[in-house]
Amino acid sequence: MSVDLSQFHQVFFEESFEGLDVMESQLLDLQPGDVDSETVNTIFRAAHSIKGGAGTFGFMQISDFTHVVETLLDEIRAGQREMEQLYVDLFLLSVDCLRSMLGSLQDGSEPDMTKAAELKIQFQAILDGEQEAETSAAEVECSETESIGWHICFKPDVDILRTGNEPFRMFRELVDIVGASYVEVVPSFDTLPEFTSLNPEECYLQWDIYVRKAVEQQAISPVFEWVEDECDITYTPLTAVVTAKADNNPKQDMEAATAESTADSVMVPELPEDDAGAELTTSTATPPIPAASTTQASSDKAVSSAAPSASKNTTAKSAKSGNKSGEGSSIRVSIDKVDSLINMVGELVITQSMLGQLGQDFDMSKLARLQEGLSQLEQNTRELQESVMKIRMMPISFAFSRFPRLVRDLGGQLGKKVNLIMLGENTELDKTVMEKIGDPLVHLVRNSMDHGLETTAKRLAAGKSEQGTITLNAFHQGGNIVIEIKDDGAGLNEEKILEKAIQNGLVAEGQPLSSEEIHNLIFLPGFSTADTVSDISGRGVGMDVVRRNINELNGTIDVTSKPGEGSTFTIRLPLTLAILDGQLVQVGDETYIFPLVSIVESIQLEKKSLNNITGSQQVMQLRDEYIPIVRLDEVFNLDRPASESDEEMLVVVESDNEKIGLVVDDLLGQQQVVIKSLEQNYRRVDGISGATILGDGTVALIIDISSIGRHTSSITAAQKTTEQAA
Amino acid sequence: MEAMNEQISTESDAEQQYLTFIMAGEEYGVDILAVQEIRGWEESTLIPNAPPYIKGVINLRGTIVPIMDLRLRFGLEKVEYSPVTVVIILKFETEKGERVMGIVVDAVSDVYSISDEETRKTPELTEDSNSVFIRGLVNVNDKMIILLDVESLLSFEKKALDQLLPGN
Repeated sequence: MSVDLSQFHQVFFEESFEGLDVMESQLLDLQPGDVDSETVNTIFRAAHSIKGGAGTFGFMQISDFTHVVETLLDEIRAGQREMEQLYVDLFLLSVDCLRSMLGSLQDGSEPDMTKAAELKIQFQAILDGEQEAETSAAEVECSETESIGWHICFKPDVDILRTGNEPFRMFRELVDIVGASYVEVVPSFDTLPEFTSLNPEECYLQWDIYVRKAVEQQAISPVFEWVEDECDITYTPLTAVVTAKADNNPKQDMEAATAESTADSVMVPELPEDDAGAELTTSTATPPIPAASTTQASSDKAVSSAAPSASKNTTAKSAKSGNKSGEGSSIRVSIDKVDSLINMVGELVITQSMLGQLGQDFDMSKLARLQEGLSQLEQNTRELQESVMKIRMMPISFAFSRFPRLVRDLGGQLGKKVNLIMLGENTELDKTVMEKIGDPLVHLVRNSMDHGLETTAKRLAAGKSEQGTITLNAFHQGGNIVIEIKDDGAGLNEEKILEKAIQNGLVAEGQPLSSEEIHNLIFLPGFSTADTVSDISGRGVGMDVVRRNINELNGTIDVTSKPGEGSTFTIRLPLTLAILDGQLVQVGDETYIFPLVSIVESIQLEKKSLNNITGSQQVMQLRDEYIPIVRLDEVFNLDRPASESDEEMLVVVESDNEKIGLVVDDLLGQQQVVIKSLEQNYRRVDGISGATILGDGTVALIIDISSIGRHTSSITAAQKTTEQAA
Repeated sequence: MEAMNEQISTESDAEQQYLTFIMAGEEYGVDILAVQEIRGWEESTLIPNAPPYIKGVINLRGTIVPIMDLRLRFGLEKVEYSPVTVVIILKFETEKGERVMGIVVDAVSDVYSISDEETRKTPELTEDSNSVFIRGLVNVNDKMIILLDVESLLSFEKKALDQLLPGN
């Protein structure tokens, strides 16, 4: 076993985080009193594999803690206990705790164990409370009491050999750990079938293993860790059994139990003297009682008081560590996608060899075949591109999964009853977009819960059901993904918004505004209508940040609202960040690309509708609006002869809700372009968001509309100051 | 300067190969391990508001690679590009990953093996800002070769660059 396990750590962490997500979502599904055994099983399995993995990789803090969690789960699973709300809360807290522990282990730092210790005490209290001779719970106790050895009852499944697990190897390993003289292995032939029906590939034997040495259970249990799921294994400390019987006739009993062992096998030196045995039995019997009585009394209180504050801390922490581990992380891809990719590469290779052959002795008579081959190549390439893009796609449930918990916790904090409905969870979205949309979504959901939904009393007064509803919906529309966050609350308060906007000088008093315009005011910086800045929202990180984040992803956000019926926030995002729908434009000799989403319209530039404001900034009247005009060649300092023609085009673009007109020489065409980084080998350039390669192999730069917008305002500001100076 | 000398002295005595090229009659050398390939000059796409010595970017098999005119970078006289004008594609590691960049020079000359012992430091006569790019001087066959430090040559994070930006 000299394999370097650390290379698997990353996989372990990922699986464990997934397991925790499973536990969390299943726990949230649980209704105390009405427990679906399959759900409990799922939770148990998740906890169990985390424990197993942690043990394998030597993260004892994790496996110890998970073990306690698992023990309680096991009792619930076995029907020895009812699932209570208290347990659910405790399990959820444990999930948080494990998550932060795993997070710090992943970062290579030592996890904070205080939280785990607290929870462990609570679990222990619950377990001990009804411990009375329950063997499964006793297991925990046993590992801590000093025993003089172990009786391991090892009953492997019949097909254990098929998975490559060889019991004798395990025994040998056990011998290596504790020493040959302390181990006795006694096979039992009870289940051995008739010789005629014997299948040599199956394992019919069972073993009783006696370890007669005072070792920790943890020291020997790793031997069987790999097969825990494929066998029935119980550890019984030898103290009680042996000492009790030792009183009567130790030697004889030993021999009876180890009938197979040879007579001269060294009798365990630690075999207790009568005195020592008595002492041990008493010491094992006493500790649980006082511990149980003291902790049980305080446990209820501790749980309830610890819950709210603890959950707050851990959510904050886990969110942080989540961000960290998100960088440079790996991606899980379904095998179907990989298979189809391999298929396509195969086809590509065939096409390539076909073309290669064709090229070896080419003459014009084979032109048709060449063209055919090239069109096939084109098709292969396109399909390959699409499949590769699909690899980066993940269902949006990854982003949605955190909301049931969030809504549950927030609902508790705010005292609102909220029903969360999630639709379209399988809608796929690029991983990078997914990572970046998480925070804005959380903000919007928090906002809907805090400001959108009314308090229970108000809802009842308005004749609505007591329980508010928040709907998260995701679907594809065109080349975009649309995410809706809908609440059935009071809707946006237009009067209040307007009042606030006037107060902050965002709009002039008496300015006529449509409902839609008023609604969109909430996206302006420095806008919060919350009367009191609550813990949940209204801390200045407002809707403007949400909108900026979404704009950075080349997306848009809108809000619609009906008084008394609720509001809907609609986010539109491109499916991927790697490909952009672009409009090619020409300025001088250069070709630039505008993101198609930001283009409002393109019109012929009419010189007569242009006006100069203070001689520097040009504006144009477009219907009932004045929009600033920016000449791209001026912004980019392109030196080219000033064109006198009237052939110029004006592309009206929108960024941050402001329209700008950009003057270009010509519109060339629309196409999807693959975004390449300019920063990788060069550096950030103002007004340029990236580069791409056109069909003819040349490089074209992609215009960053919002930065051009900012550029314009800074230029005007600069010009104003120079004019003032002059 | 001291740091650079130290760097030179601590490096092993093993010989290092340098690719040399000609520019305005002088011979310059770069570590051959930093050279990815040598190409002919091709039209590049302008980068807005870039310093004049950045000729633009080209598509190098799917990677966007900026091209720098070394003559202009060193403040030498500008020459018209001809069919023999070459672009040396250089790469080097930064903390952000590998960085690739092309430099336009008059012509490629030769490859020499030069040991660090032979390298002499640049006399500190001038206040020339270009001296930061120079790793040392060396004599090969009675010719002086100026060894360039690829990393500092290609670093854009340097303040010096911003000062050269037009309009600032």
